[in-house]
Amino acid sequence: MDILEYSAVALSAAIREGKLTATEAMEAVLARIDEKEKDINAYVTIDREQALRAAASAQERIEKGELTGALAGVPVAIKDNMCTEGMLTTCSSKILENFVPTFSAEAVINLEKAGAVIIGKTNMDEFAMGSTTETSAYGVTRNPWNTDHVPGGSSGGSAAAVAAGECFFALGSDTGGSIRQPASFCGVVGLKPTYGTVSRYGLVAYGSSLDQIGPLTKNVADCAAVLEVIASHDMKDSTSINRNDTDFTAALVNDVKGMKIGIPRDYFGEGIDAEVKNAVLAAAETLAAQGAVVEEFDLSLVEYAIPTYYTIAAAEASSNLERFDGIKYGYRAEAFEGLHDMYKKTRSEGFGAEVKRRIMLGSFVLSSGYYDAYYLKALKVKAMIKKAFDDAFARYDLILGPVAPTTAPKLGESLSDPLKMYLGDIYTISVNLAGLPAISLPCGKDSRGLPVGLQLIADSFQEKKLIQAAYTYEQNEKKI
Amino acid sequence: MAKQYETVIGLEVHVELATKTKIFCGCSTAFGGAPNTHTCPVCTGMPGSLPVLNKQVVNYAVAVGLATNCTITQYCKFDRKNYFYPDNPQNYQISQLYLPICRNGHVEIETSEGKKLVGIHEIHMEEDAGKLIHDEWEDCSLVDYNRSGVPLIEIVSEPDMRSAEEVIAYLEKLRMLIQYLGASDCKLNEGSMRADVNLSVREAGAKEFGTRTEMKNLNSFRAITHAIEGERERQIELLESGQQVTQETRRWDDAKEYSYAMRSKEDAQDYRYFPDPDLTPVYISDEWLAQIRDSQPEFREEKMARYKKEYDIPEYDIGIITDSKHLADLFEETVAICGQPKKVSNWLMGETLRLLKEKNMDPEDICFSPEHLARLIGLVDSKAVNSTVAKEVFEVMFDKDIDPESYVEERGLRTVNDEGALRKTVEEVIAANPQSVADYRNGKEKAIGFLVGQTMKAMKGKADPGMVNRVLKELL
Amino acid sequence: MANVITDETIEYVGILAKLALSDEEKEQAKKDMGRMLDYIDKLAELDTEGIEPMSHVFPVQNVFREDVVTNGDESGKTLKNAPGEKDNMFMVPKTFD
Repeated sequence: MDILEYSAVALSAAIREGKLTATEAMEAVLARIDEKEKDINAYVTIDREQALRAAASAQERIEKGELTGALAGVPVAIKDNMCTEGMLTTCSSKILENFVPTFSAEAVINLEKAGAVIIGKTNMDEFAMGSTTETSAYGVTRNPWNTDHVPGGSSGGSAAAVAAGECFFALGSDTGGSIRQPASFCGVVGLKPTYGTVSRYGLVAYGSSLDQIGPLTKNVADCAAVLEVIASHDMKDSTSINRNDTDFTAALVNDVKGMKIGIPRDYFGEGIDAEVKNAVLAAAETLAAQGAVVEEFDLSLVEYAIPTYYTIAAAEASSNLERFDGIKYGYRAEAFEGLHDMYKKTRSEGFGAEVKRRIMLGSFVLSSGYYDAYYLKALKVKAMIKKAFDDAFARYDLILGPVAPTTAPKLGESLSDPLKMYLGDIYTISVNLAGLPAISLPCGKDSRGLPVGLQLIADSFQEKKLIQAAYTYEQNEKKI
Repeated sequence: MAKQYETVIGLEVHVELATKTKIFCGCSTAFGGAPNTHTCPVCTGMPGSLPVLNKQVVNYAVAVGLATNCTITQYCKFDRKNYFYPDNPQNYQISQLYLPICRNGHVEIETSEGKKLVGIHEIHMEEDAGKLIHDEWEDCSLVDYNRSGVPLIEIVSEPDMRSAEEVIAYLEKLRMLIQYLGASDCKLNEGSMRADVNLSVREAGAKEFGTRTEMKNLNSFRAITHAIEGERERQIELLESGQQVTQETRRWDDAKEYSYAMRSKEDAQDYRYFPDPDLTPVYISDEWLAQIRDSQPEFREEKMARYKKEYDIPEYDIGIITDSKHLADLFEETVAICGQPKKVSNWLMGETLRLLKEKNMDPEDICFSPEHLARLIGLVDSKAVNSTVAKEVFEVMFDKDIDPESYVEERGLRTVNDEGALRKTVEEVIAANPQSVADYRNGKEKAIGFLVGQTMKAMKGKADPGMVNRVLKELL
Repeated sequence: MANVITDETIEYVGILAKLALSDEEKEQAKKDMGRMLDYIDKLAELDTEGIEPMSHVFPVQNVFREDVVTNGDESGKTLKNAPGEKDNMFMVPKTFD
C-alpha cells in the first residue's frame, strides 16, 4: 500500500508496529509536495530539514516506547494563523511576512506532545477573512479536484493539503465556516468544536468570540483522534472550558438507531444548488435507513445570521488587528513622516483589500453613535439565534444540512462581489454565533466532479453525537 | 465690580495596585527593572497571546471601593478601549466602561473651610501602559513595556471640588485609605498615583457647569496646585475677553509652569469601547464581598480613637503617627515588643521625622524594623548607651536597618560603667584644667559643664553623663 | 441604497483604524460599507426589546490567575521580531509625550 493512502491513525499504527518509519512517511509527503505544490500552493512555509529532523526524532521516541499515541509519527500541516515557535507565521499577510513566533499555539504543542510531526504552514485567506483562500498575500490555493476552482476558505490550504495527500491531516480554524466550508469543497472531513474546547492561545485572533481551532482529516476516525489530542483545558485562555468528555474516539460507533435528526427547511430554500440539495438529502436518507429519525423543521432567524456575524466579527477584528502597527513585529513601511504616518503606511501597505474592508466596517460599527444600533443589536440577535438552536436541540440530537449552497466556485468568481461571497456562509455562520460543534463530511460529488459536503450540527459539548452520526454515515454511504 | 468665578474640579486618579504580578500575565510588577525584562507575549501584545485576570486585582479594587463607600458591581466586565499609541502594545487598553467594579461612593475631606463630602462616580480596573523614553541622539522614541499591564484602578470623582486645597485634601484622603489597605504605595513621584484634573469655571451662583478641560502629567501636589491655579486663571481670562473655553486635554509642563493643548487631527478620542471577548465576566458573590469587607483594616479615625484610649501620648503625636499606615504599624509593632508607647512615639516624632525631612523621604520609605527600634530603646533604658550615642546609632539604623545591639558591641560604644576607670579619667581632666577647676570652686557652677564635656571626650562619649557629674563633684 | 457613506466618514474611520486609503480605495470602501450597512440594517427588523446582549455564549465567569510571578526575563524574545530596536527597547518615530 502506498504510504500516502494511509489515514493518519492507520499510518501511526503502521509506524508503531514497525511496518514503516516516521521518516519514510515524511519523505513520502515531501515528495508529494514536490509533485503537487506548483499546481496547488497549499503551503506558505515548508521547513524540510526541520520536518525530517522532527520525524527522525519522533521515530526514535516511538522505538524507545516513549510515544505511543494515535498520532505518533504522523506528518501534519498547520494553518498559518497558529503560532509555531521558530517557524514563520504569516496569517498569509504581508504585515507578518517576517514574523517568527517565540512560542507555539497550545493546540500545536498538544499535537507535538502526541508525536505528530509538523511539515509546515498552510495557506489561508489573509487573517482568515475570506471563503476562497484567494485573499492570501502569497498566492491562491487551488482545489485538488479541479485546479480551476478554489479550495474554499479560509482554511483552504489545510483542506487542499489533506485532499492532495500533501499531509496526513491538518489543523484549521473556523470563525464562520473556515474549516467546514473548505473541507466540503475539497472532499475531506472538517470539524469545528464547541467554543472553548480547543485553546485559542497562540491562534492569531480574527473574531475572538467565534474562533475555534479544529481538525481537517481524511476520515471521521482521524477527525476524532485529532480532536481528542488538541482538546484541552488551558489556563492561558480564559474562554477555555474544562471538559471531561474528550475521549472522542469512543464515539466511533456505527449506530444511529433512534437518533433524532432535524433538517431545517430554511436551509433548502432560495439560493441552494440543486445538486448540493439532492446530495445532502440523500445523505439524510442514508442515516434514516440506519435507523435515525429524520424530520424537517423550521429553525428560524437563518437570514439574520450573516449580518449578525459580519457586525460582530468585523468589530472584533478591527480591534484584534490594531496590534499590527510596525512597532513590535512584522512589516514596517520604509518611508514615513512621523508616528501616525508610519501607522497608516504600514497598515495600508501591509493589509490586503478584504482585511481593510472588514477593519473599516468594524471600526465604523463601534464608533461613537453607532455602537447601540449595530454592535449591541448584533449581540442581541446573537442571543436570539442561540435560543433558536436551544429550542431545536430540545427536540433533536442533531441538525443536518448543507455546508455551503454550492460546490467550489471557479477562481476569481467570488472576490468581485464581497457581499455575495458573504452569503455563501449562510449555513455555517450561525454555528459559530451559537458556539456549537459541527462537522463537514463528503456526501458525493456534483456533475463536474466537485465534492459536496454534508453538515451535521450538535448542541454544545455534543461532539460525540456528531462523530457517531458522521462515522455511521461514512460506514454506510456506499451501501445505498 | 469684577465678576466672581467659581472653580469646579473633578479628578481622575490612577493608582497602581501593589500586586506582585501584572493584571493579565505572570510578569513581575517590580519598579525599575532593565528595559523589557518584565515582559512576555501577553503584555507586549504578541499575536495569539491572551489575557487571564489576576484575582488579587479584584480584591484590591473591591477593598478600595468599600473604603470609599461605593456600591460594588457584583457582576462586572472588562471592555476594550481602542486607540493607537506606542506605549499601548495591543493598541487597545483593557479597561471597564459599561460595568465598572465600583460606583456611587464618597469620601469625607477636611480643609480650612471645614468638612465636606466628595462624591466618587466610579472606580474601574484597567492595565497600565508602557513607558516612552525620548532619544535625543536619534530623534526618536524608545518603548519599554515593563510597566505595560501593571494593574491600575482609576477613581473618578464627581465634580465636587472647588479649590486646590480641596483637591489636595481629597488626594491625601485617598492616599491614606489606599495605603491603609495596602493596595498601593501611592507615590506621585514614582507614578504609582497619578491625577488628571478636570476643571471648569463658572460665574458664582451659576447653575450650569462651564466647559471643562482635562489636565495631565501632574506629578506632585505642588504641580497639581499650580496647574489648578494656572488653568483657572487661563479660563477666566478667556471668558473675560469674550472667548470660549475649548473642551480639550492639556498637558502640564512642570518646569515651565504652563499647560498646552494636546491637539491632533489623529486623536479622534473615539475609543470604540466594546466588551473584551477574551475575558469572562467577574462575579463577586455575597460571600466573597463579605470576606473582603471582613478583612478591611482599621482605618485612621478608628485607629486615632483607639490610640487615645490605649496610649498615653499627645493627640498631636497620634495625628502624625496615624497619618501614615507604615508609621502607625511601626509604632504599634515596636510598642508590642518594648511596651513603652511614650518612648517609641518620641523616637518617631523626633529623630525619625527629622531624618525623613532632611532626606526628603516619605514615612513609607522607612526601612528600620520595629525589633531594632525596640532594642535601641532597651539599650538606652539599661544605660548601656547614653542618648548621644543612641542618636548616632539611630541614624545608622535609619539608613541601613542595622541591629543596634550588635552595632554597639562591634564598635565598642557601650557606656563605661567601670567607676575606677572613670575616676582615673576625671582625675586627669581635673589636673589638666586648673582654670576651670578654680572657677568651679569659686562658685561658677557652669564650669562643671566644661569638665563633663572634657571627660566625655576623653571617654570617647561612652560614659554615662550622670555618673561623670557625680564623680566630678566628689573629686572637686 | 439607504446608507450613504460620505468622504468625511471614510476619512474619519481611516483615522480611527489607521488606514490611509487611495482615492480609488476610498470610493470602493464607500460603496462596500454602504452595501454592508444596508444589509446589516436587516437586523432592525427584529424586535430585540428586553433581550440581553450576548457577548459570551457560555456563562463562564471568574476565570482567574493567582498573583504569583511565573515569568522571568524574556526581553530577548520580546524584542526578537522588532523592526527597530535600541538599548533593549523598541524604536519608534518620535512621540510628543
